[in-house]
Amino acid sequence: MSGHRGRVAPVRNRGDRRGPSGRRTGEDGEPMNVPPAEFRSYYGRPILKAPVWTHDVPAYLFTGGLAAGSSLLAAGADLTGRPGLRRTGRLTSLAALGASAYFLINDLGRPERFHHMLRVAKPTSPMSVGAWILTAFGPAAGVAAAAELAAALPRRGVLGLVRRVLPPAGRAAGVAAAGIAPALATYTAVLIADTAVPSWHEAYPDLPFVFAGSALASAAGVGLAAAPVAETGPARRLALAGTAMELAAVQRIEARLGLLGEPYRAGHAGRLLGLGRALAVAGVAGALLGRRSRALSALAGASLVAAAAATRFGIYAGGVASARDPKYTVLPQRERVDEGRPARDAG
Amino acid sequence: MVGANSLYGPLDPAPDAGYPDAPPRMGFFTDTSVCIGCKACEVACKEWNGVPEDGLNLLGMSFDNTGALSANSWRHVAFIEQPVGRAEREAQFLGMPSSDLPGRDDKAERTDFRWLMMSDVCKHCTHAACLDVCPTGALFRTEFGTVVVQEDICNGCGYCISACPYGVIDRREDDGRAWKCTLCYDRIGDGLTPACAKACPTESIQYGPVQELRERAQARVARLHEDGVPEARLYGSDPNDGVGGDGAFFLLLDEPEVYGLPPDPVVTTRDLPAMWRRAGLAAAAMAATVAAVFLGGRS
Repeated sequence: MSGHRGRVAPVRNRGDRRGPSGRRTGEDGEPMNVPPAEFRSYYGRPILKAPVWTHDVPAYLFTGGLAAGSSLLAAGADLTGRPGLRRTGRLTSLAALGASAYFLINDLGRPERFHHMLRVAKPTSPMSVGAWILTAFGPAAGVAAAAELAAALPRRGVLGLVRRVLPPAGRAAGVAAAGIAPALATYTAVLIADTAVPSWHEAYPDLPFVFAGSALASAAGVGLAAAPVAETGPARRLALAGTAMELAAVQRIEARLGLLGEPYRAGHAGRLLGLGRALAVAGVAGALLGRRSRALSALAGASLVAAAAATRFGIYAGGVASARDPKYTVLPQRERVDEGRPARDAG
Repeated sequence: MVGANSLYGPLDPAPDAGYPDAPPRMGFFTDTSVCIGCKACEVACKEWNGVPEDGLNLLGMSFDNTGALSANSWRHVAFIEQPVGRAEREAQFLGMPSSDLPGRDDKAERTDFRWLMMSDVCKHCTHAACLDVCPTGALFRTEFGTVVVQEDICNGCGYCISACPYGVIDRREDDGRAWKCTLCYDRIGDGLTPACAKACPTESIQYGPVQELRERAQARVARLHEDGVPEARLYGSDPNDGVGGDGAFFLLLDEPEVYGLPPDPVVTTRDLPAMWRRAGLAAAAMAATVAAVFLGGRS
């Protein structure tokens, strides 16, 4: 589809100006239900290279958020005496972290060189910052999850000592993981915004809130589905608060971005984000109404988790679409130049 | 080494990157007004750098069968066929083939058709987004102010590819790593001219110290304006632009987007401090939300 649009683009140029193809505007008489974007391009080809990442990256955006949200939920549950919710949170966090590591390494062109990420620490590279956040978060989340196995160890001998040490170590590690978790959930927004991809870059003020909210909502979803119903009060409130944060931020992006909000409303991305919104609202409704129902809680939880995944894939797809169509690169830049306010050093 | 303009604004990149006694910044001035579309630059680049073939395609884009810069094309000659003047609304008759050059015979009218050609290349930005976002340090700034990928370090994360505002750097499919023009780092260190500039028969591609090239480019534009080519303009030569000026810049005869170039590119890391601030705010909101849901109810 983008190929077709790209082909048509140069002949839909502004007024009677001609495109590189030399043909005139509208000559092909293709009916258009939206006003044609007037711009010139090189044979309708994209200016930017679309991200070379596969589904691994949006999947990581989701699992990284889930790991972070679950750590926060687990630490809260630990400190307020909710062992069932704590266990769910810690185990979910470790599982999601493992999945994250897989997705991140699998997406590399040279997976065997993944450790090259750790040869430098660069604040100008959100991916480098993220590698170090994961390096700090991983062991903490791992120890916290391991503490859940303490009860299964024998009471005597060396393992008996481990059995006694693990719970306090788990609490300390869990609190440490929760301290790093907000950074883990939000740096991924900077990761995709710090690109030339138009609809990601321009969304940078709101994307961290989308990702933070969606991380909390997905963690609340797993908590609802897997923890004892009696302990899920905080998870229900978190489902509401996280979803509200996420949907409000998505709304701001679509409203504020103008032309660059279009990729989030159209096509594959639009469908995914719509699905995410519907699932999130259904999940919150189920969370609030199903206080006493195991089945309804599980359903609501699954809905919240699916909503977070759909939102991440939707945001990802919207950005990719904006990079593939030269319209989103040329029009905003051309507008700046034509209005006499091109990018300039402010100093 | 972090200065006030390290992320944005005019800068001499090599000293900012930590070279105390850097040689002059080197670059390309590509004057498209004298490009004849011979593609010697594409061929010389491939030969010298051992760049693999990019597919043998017929793209239906004038004489351009390369398509775009990519991991396997570090120079790309664009061809744009344009009707000019009053005849642009009518069907084009290009005239019968003749034995003389078009326009040489005074009796014949000049054709109402022009053919733009331009050899595109990595811009070696003053503020290079690819280099800023590279998480491994594979991309680095050379002492000549150019930007080069170290092939033994790159792990193919692909971040540079999404960061480049020009769509230059790309991942090689069967290799997994990112590749682009090195401005012949192995040649210029020995005082040689990069392969493309050396092969260019019309000096459309000029190599030299960026400062000198900028002056030469200004003079060339002024000359073209005097000679009745008002559409001549420089692209990427302004150190105050969104990328701090390009080490490889161009003289164009139409708007940049006609050649497949972004009209007003900005290095994405200009906004990075603001991005981290927003992420910090969202992270704080996240922590506060979790605290509130545990403290805010009794169930």
